[in-house]
Amino acid sequence: MTLDSKQSAPAPSRGLDVAAIRRDFPYLAQELNGFPLAYLDSGATAQRPVAVLDAERAFLEHANAAVHRGASTLVGTSTTAFEDARATVARFVGAGEREIVWAENATDAINIVALGMADAAAGLGGPEADVFRLAAGDEIVVTEAEHHADLIPWQRLAAKTGATLRFVPVNDDGTWGIDDAASVIGPNTKLVAFAHVSNVTGHIAPVTDVVELAHRHGALVLLDACQSVPHRPTDFAALGVDFAAFSAHKMLGPNGIGVLYGREHLLDALPPARTGGSTITTVTMESAQFLPSPQRFEAGTQPVSQAVGLAEAVRYLERLDMQRVHEHEVELAELLVDEVSRIPGIRLVGSGAGVERGALASVDVPGVHAHDVGQFLDSRGIAVRVGHHCAQPLHRRLGLRATTRASAYVYTTADEVRRFTAALAEVRPFFGVTA
Amino acid sequence: MSDLSGLYQELILDHSKRRVGDGALEAPHASHHELNPTCGDEITLGIRLDASGTKVEALGWEGDGCSISMASASALTELVVGTDTAHVRELIDGFRAMLRSQGAGEPDEDLLGDAIAFHGVSKYVMRVKCAMLSWVALEACLIEAEARATQV
Ligand SMILES: Cc1ncc(COP(=O)(O)O)c(C=O)c1O
Repeated sequence: MTLDSKQSAPAPSRGLDVAAIRRDFPYLAQELNGFPLAYLDSGATAQRPVAVLDAERAFLEHANAAVHRGASTLVGTSTTAFEDARATVARFVGAGEREIVWAENATDAINIVALGMADAAAGLGGPEADVFRLAAGDEIVVTEAEHHADLIPWQRLAAKTGATLRFVPVNDDGTWGIDDAASVIGPNTKLVAFAHVSNVTGHIAPVTDVVELAHRHGALVLLDACQSVPHRPTDFAALGVDFAAFSAHKMLGPNGIGVLYGREHLLDALPPARTGGSTITTVTMESAQFLPSPQRFEAGTQPVSQAVGLAEAVRYLERLDMQRVHEHEVELAELLVDEVSRIPGIRLVGSGAGVERGALASVDVPGVHAHDVGQFLDSRGIAVRVGHHCAQPLHRRLGLRATTRASAYVYTTADEVRRFTAALAEVRPFFGVTA
Repeated sequence: MSDLSGLYQELILDHSKRRVGDGALEAPHASHHELNPTCGDEITLGIRLDASGTKVEALGWEGDGCSISMASASALTELVVGTDTAHVRELIDGFRAMLRSQGAGEPDEDLLGDAIAFHGVSKYVMRVKCAMLSWVALEACLIEAEARATQV
């Protein structure tokens, strides 16, 4: 597998002081069903450190006012905090400030692109939006492993424009490589969208190879970075992607805010799908002219305290050092794969030992439904995700309906991983399923 | 510690393996597919009424899901086959009320029989849908089958 060199640069393993980190997360001190909580569901949503909660509160207590509207001192303070937050996030992912657009979440961010492209196909946006115009014969490419958030918006775009949606095939373990991508991406491809790190298999996509291939055919690339930005140093400019999306709530930040990254000239040309106040230069009774990015996309009142909270989450992660975060998670991922592989009769989805993956493991326990597995773990104080993880087509492809997923983050300990695997080993005996 | 045995009663684990009624019903008067979108559990339940249209003559289902949903379909089959449709409605209402109880009260054993084993499920809000899946399908089947019966 090709890893992006930017992200796998070898560095001495220094890890994280997890015990100290855990003190910053009141949530983690809880009990669940009489056991110390082992929160292994950060892939779905992460918990927030006190610093993030405090930052939001401090903003609301001292600096809250309408952003970008009016001219008072108060508006100046809130607008500065809001735009500083954007600059902080931009720095974190190797972007310029005008390349960071606030969205509700990653799903919304992807929809901003898909809906904007549909608007372009419908004739909005002028000649500079040509790059976004799809028609019959054009192809949109996604992988078979996508989260529904990175699938359904493209299904809709295809339906609206007559373009064809095509799929990069995955292997029987749910992973895929550049050769699989190359079997589908071609001269008709106009857009390629895929997850940087899969939320089901933990598979790490060969981003720069796909970008090179797609760009060679003149196609745009959108990266679903939900499971990468929170976990590893990520530099969108270095990766070369045209768009990227991620959510604050998966990276120690608040709910209700996500990020769309786009290269500046593309964002300035993409028709804004949602329009209204704060997005315009001149408005007449008949028409409106739009501001450049990011304002052209940020219609209506924005999630301001959430942006401030997200910026604090970014600073928290920067203090930990993303390289160390990554190393910590590489260790946990290895432990997860190692321990799960030792349990007889359990199927681990994705690649096995020796291949780097995101710090998560989805498993199938033959004879026991994922809901029942999750319930058993829950009774032991272990919180995991059960179901199809918003990736039904991938589960179908794997011959599964639902799996049980444990996912780790900065505050996850090796002991919690071992509690998960030890309990997992007891599941089949409990439900009377023999090997 | 949450007592898992309150949820996974012996009877439930037993039914989840026995799967009474498992298999598509031939020539059903009505059939209904029910899906739980959060986990993908699904069931297709078919029903046949007797000549008078007031009694459940046969019932069959095909499903894939957790032990709670499969056991519930199995227990339902045992309770419902051979009984009056009016009684089946009472059963459905009673079962639903029990599952909405959030663990409160005592379930009506005279009405629900073995199905009282599912009382424990009502404490687990995220699992109530699992237990209800086949019952919701049954309710839809009943309405359809009776509508047909009155048409002939
Ligand atoms: C890979 C991936 N893409 C997209 C999403 C959607 O994120 P959100 O629900 O925050 O929009 C998630 C998380 O659920 C994810 O893991």
